[in-house]
Amino acid sequence: MTAPTAPSVSAPSTAVAAAGTTTASPAPTRTSGAVGTPHTRLEGRLKVTGAARYAGEVPFAELAHGWLVTSTVARGRIRSIEAEPVLAMPGVLTVLHHENAPRLTPGVGMMGPDATLQVLQDDRVPHVGWPVALVVAETLEQAREAAEALVVAYDAEPHDAVFHAGHPGMYTPEPSRYVLPDSDKGDVEAELGASAVVVDEEYTTPQEYHSAMEPHAAVARWENGRLEAIDSNQGSHAVAQDLAKLFSLDAASVRVRSEHVGGAFGSKGTIRPHLLLAVMATTVLDRPVRVVLTRRQMFSLVGSRPATAQRVRLGADSDGRLRALDHEARTFSSTVHEYVEQSTRHSRIMYAADALRTRTKVVRLDVPTPAFMRAPGWAPGSFAVESAMDELAEKAGMDPIALRSRNEPEAGPVSGLPFSSRNLIACFDEGARRFGWTDRDPRPRARRDGRWLLGTGMAAAAHSAGTAPSTASITAGADGAFTVRIAAADIGTGARTALTQIAADALGAPPERVRVKIADSDFGPAFLAGGSMGTASWAWAITEAAAALGEKLALVDQIPAEGITARADTSELVSGRQPRESNAFGAQFAEVSVDVASGEVRVRRMLGIFAVGRVVNPLTARSQLVGGMTMGLSMALHEEGIRDTASGGLANADLAGYHVAANADVPVIEAGWVDDPDTYNPSGIKGLGEIGIVGVAAAIANAVWHATGVRHRDLPIRLDRVLTAGTAIENGGAVTH
Amino acid sequence: MREFGYKRATDVPEAVALLATDPEARFLGGGTNLVDLMKTGVESPALLVDVRGLPLDRIEVADDGALKIGATVTNSDLAADPEVRRRYPALTEAVLAGASGQLRNMATVGGNLLQRTRCGYFGDTAQPCNKRVPGSGCPALAGEHHNHAILDWSEHCVATHPSDMGVALAAFDAVVSIHTADGPAELPLSEFYLPVGDTPHRENALPPGALITGVTLPAAPVAARSRYRKVRERASFAFANGSIAAALDVEDGTVRDVRLAFGAVASRPWRARKAERALTGGPATAEAFAAAADAELAAAEPLAHNGYKVPLIRNLVVAMLTELTQEAAR
Ligand SMILES: Cc1cc2nc3c(=O)[nH]c(=O)nc-3n(C[C@H](O)[C@H](O)[C@H](O)COP(=O)(O)OP(=O)(O)OC[C@H]3O[C@@H](n4cnc5c(N)ncnc54)[C@H](O)[C@@H]3O)c2cc1C
Ligand code: SF4
Repeated sequence: MTAPTAPSVSAPSTAVAAAGTTTASPAPTRTSGAVGTPHTRLEGRLKVTGAARYAGEVPFAELAHGWLVTSTVARGRIRSIEAEPVLAMPGVLTVLHHENAPRLTPGVGMMGPDATLQVLQDDRVPHVGWPVALVVAETLEQAREAAEALVVAYDAEPHDAVFHAGHPGMYTPEPSRYVLPDSDKGDVEAELGASAVVVDEEYTTPQEYHSAMEPHAAVARWENGRLEAIDSNQGSHAVAQDLAKLFSLDAASVRVRSEHVGGAFGSKGTIRPHLLLAVMATTVLDRPVRVVLTRRQMFSLVGSRPATAQRVRLGADSDGRLRALDHEARTFSSTVHEYVEQSTRHSRIMYAADALRTRTKVVRLDVPTPAFMRAPGWAPGSFAVESAMDELAEKAGMDPIALRSRNEPEAGPVSGLPFSSRNLIACFDEGARRFGWTDRDPRPRARRDGRWLLGTGMAAAAHSAGTAPSTASITAGADGAFTVRIAAADIGTGARTALTQIAADALGAPPERVRVKIADSDFGPAFLAGGSMGTASWAWAITEAAAALGEKLALVDQIPAEGITARADTSELVSGRQPRESNAFGAQFAEVSVDVASGEVRVRRMLGIFAVGRVVNPLTARSQLVGGMTMGLSMALHEEGIRDTASGGLANADLAGYHVAANADVPVIEAGWVDDPDTYNPSGIKGLGEIGIVGVAAAIANAVWHATGVRHRDLPIRLDRVLTAGTAIENGGAVTH
Repeated sequence: MREFGYKRATDVPEAVALLATDPEARFLGGGTNLVDLMKTGVESPALLVDVRGLPLDRIEVADDGALKIGATVTNSDLAADPEVRRRYPALTEAVLAGASGQLRNMATVGGNLLQRTRCGYFGDTAQPCNKRVPGSGCPALAGEHHNHAILDWSEHCVATHPSDMGVALAAFDAVVSIHTADGPAELPLSEFYLPVGDTPHRENALPPGALITGVTLPAAPVAARSRYRKVRERASFAFANGSIAAALDVEDGTVRDVRLAFGAVASRPWRARKAERALTGGPATAEAFAAAADAELAAAEPLAHNGYKVPLIRNLVVAMLTELTQEAAR
């Protein structure tokens, strides 16, 4: 990051900073007003000028290049790897495979034992695209040519790679920290039987991919007996911890840094194979080695949002009061590791219903292991439940907002816990006002513009607002500047800037005097940039460290040359809280145009209004929300991994085949927020990196229904689906004037 | 990716001679397709002969009124050319509907005609594919084929030709000029692409080593009122699921002249001659347009997942011809 320029004179409003050189005074926790003020990214200039270096770009002397070879069969064993001819090719240094690669400690994983980390450890092939060898050479080109020449023979076995709701292998996963238990409240069947209006439908979402712009990359080297890695990830400390365990190293002898990360969306939340392979190679060769995944490899090695098939049953009285909400979500994982998409999260907190039942089932297939992806569970779950609510509103003859408002719960419908705050109604009100919802004609197929049928739709959104233990340190320098050290990650979100604002206010110093250093495992434990918990978790640690620093500074007359440092660890504070139902909320609105003669769906405008606690940096917060909404549009209309039954591989494993929304698909998108005071986390921050995507697909699907009168319950709402479902209008939809 | 040689040709005979020096040599236009395929290992030429330095970057009007377009004219320049915009607006629209601004700045007319299919199996060297490895099979038939051909495919290959530009050229009776060791020659676009048959790897009738030097569009007054419409899975930067180039001349409610071509339905840009015949001299009504589309599409043989293309093309024909009729009436 750019070093903030130290002010030449002490700012009068900042007691601590002013005191830094002469007399120290306490109380550095008062606000100087940085939080809540728009601030451009501190490293923005470096990024737009290309000066910011990503893991795949940091130069090293003596750097060797690894190129990954992945399996071409979906299940079986490696029979042979013909390394000899490849080793004779120009520049080739080594070929690592299961017979010669360094051994890894089994049972390691950030979220429990994760066998996806056990690469090059045995001859088993669990899916297409599994790592089978790493070719390392002097140049990238040599490594690539040699890797493409490597002959790998397999004993293939029959595979089972295609997900469908009726798969006989479906089972109920064991509850754990990451798997919610099924919930049962009341008697769903009885309440459905007593309901005046019932919806019973099945919704599906396809496999979706994070597709971060920066491919996963790492450079690893041994330096004075320490393993040093520069890696593209969402949390350098946790990655370093796992790296140490996997390679049986002392935790202190591993350092991982991730200064700039070009997008992640969950795919860089855990340690990934590119880093393990770079470490293996540097260990064998004793020189720096870089490994960068190709786009195609990213489609099999860094996770995905698994497909879901969800049955939702809703029962309500004629006035819309919900009697029953039944949500059964089916999904898949790999044979290697059990990741279970928690699609029922949305239905567990959203609506008061007399009876509430959730079920989750999963089947293990010969496919790559899925993973957390932006708003895991919330995004696919909200598509099903918020679509079903729209269908219920239609059947009950109610306004969709009125239906939702009628079913506001007093406390967590499953947990029974009080909400730390719940300002969903305020989002509806503000959203309806700004979108012009009140003027809406509820009848479908009522508006038209040339060949386009027009419609509007809305959906509610929610995302958990958690906080996890983190540590931070702050050093007051003799020059009056402060240096914050925290193993946070800025994955393109603007976290570095937000933390600078938070630290400035906590220290009572102007942001120019605060330097925030992040993404270095040596800074100690900190939660990752994930789960919409990063900023909230890091802010707490920084605020505590600032308070501790204030106390220390109060005791000294002068700051010594090495500065004065205070540390904080929020472990006890975080675990000492009373449990609450703590969530961010939102309301999504969309207007679409649909040409049923061609099947084309275009979004005309979108509005999202959110209750996300305290907004640290309105500029980057808006970017996060608009980015999430854009990803939701892409989920609604474009994104779909297509698995090839015969090979078990992905039929569209590149960005030409796997479509994400292009600029031309993204119209006017506005995001805003309502007041949402909440001190469950003392900073008042809830996190907003994920909620932007939640509910968007339902809002768009509901708008498509409003435009055409046809429900689309399968994502994406492809043109062939619209074309074959929609009743064509006269003249093939020609523009008539 | 294999190591390759690179040479730049400055005149046409030299380019042809350079190519003949190596049986594994290929011409390089903008490289927007060839280089991608080299990176994925689908193509592995030993030598690239860059044609962009050739004096083939002009668009000129011939004495007989035909438009002569050089083979190295970029897609961007072609779309922007005032003569093209005025006389063949569908061609401009077709080119602008393809790829992105950056790609169109690089891509050439010759390269566009010879771009390879976007079938995912063709691009994935881990998969069998008759077009890439003759005799290895066609996984698309039973696999992923939602954007594959509905017309004139064979059990050996069901891929489409992805060009937008080519669809407009097909509608306007383009003639491809080529140059071989024997000198210049001409090949109508209607004979340029070979039927799929059992040789999907042989895509065109170019003699070995032939250089495309240009494309000629005969004068066609009907083309002045022409349009291109492309339907795709996102608003931009995607290949067509179905497209149409249409030109229409209507007088007193009667079709005097009509040109129709479809994209993304076959292994070549599809000139809809049956539909044209059905329309010519008949009434310019929605019913007649639909009947003409049906006449053309009667031969369609959709697979399990691409049947939507039949109503899509039919609807596009009706919509487009109706719009052109209304335009003519104003
Ligand atoms: C991401 C992406 C999206 C695209 N989207 C579209 C789209 O929507 N619609 C569309 O129509 N196209 C699209 N394209 C394709 C693009 O239009 C073609 O890649 C381009 O037209 C090829 O032109 P080129 O000059 O770059 O050809 P090159 O890649 O240089 O060459 C292609 C082939 O033509 C041969 N060749 C080139 N010039 C000559 C010549 N003068 N004589 C003989 N042989 C020659 C080469 O040997 C090679 O086999 C897209 C491409 C990309 C990469
Ligand atoms: S359709 Fe053609 S290009 Fe595609 S896999 Fe079959 S043979 Fe290959």
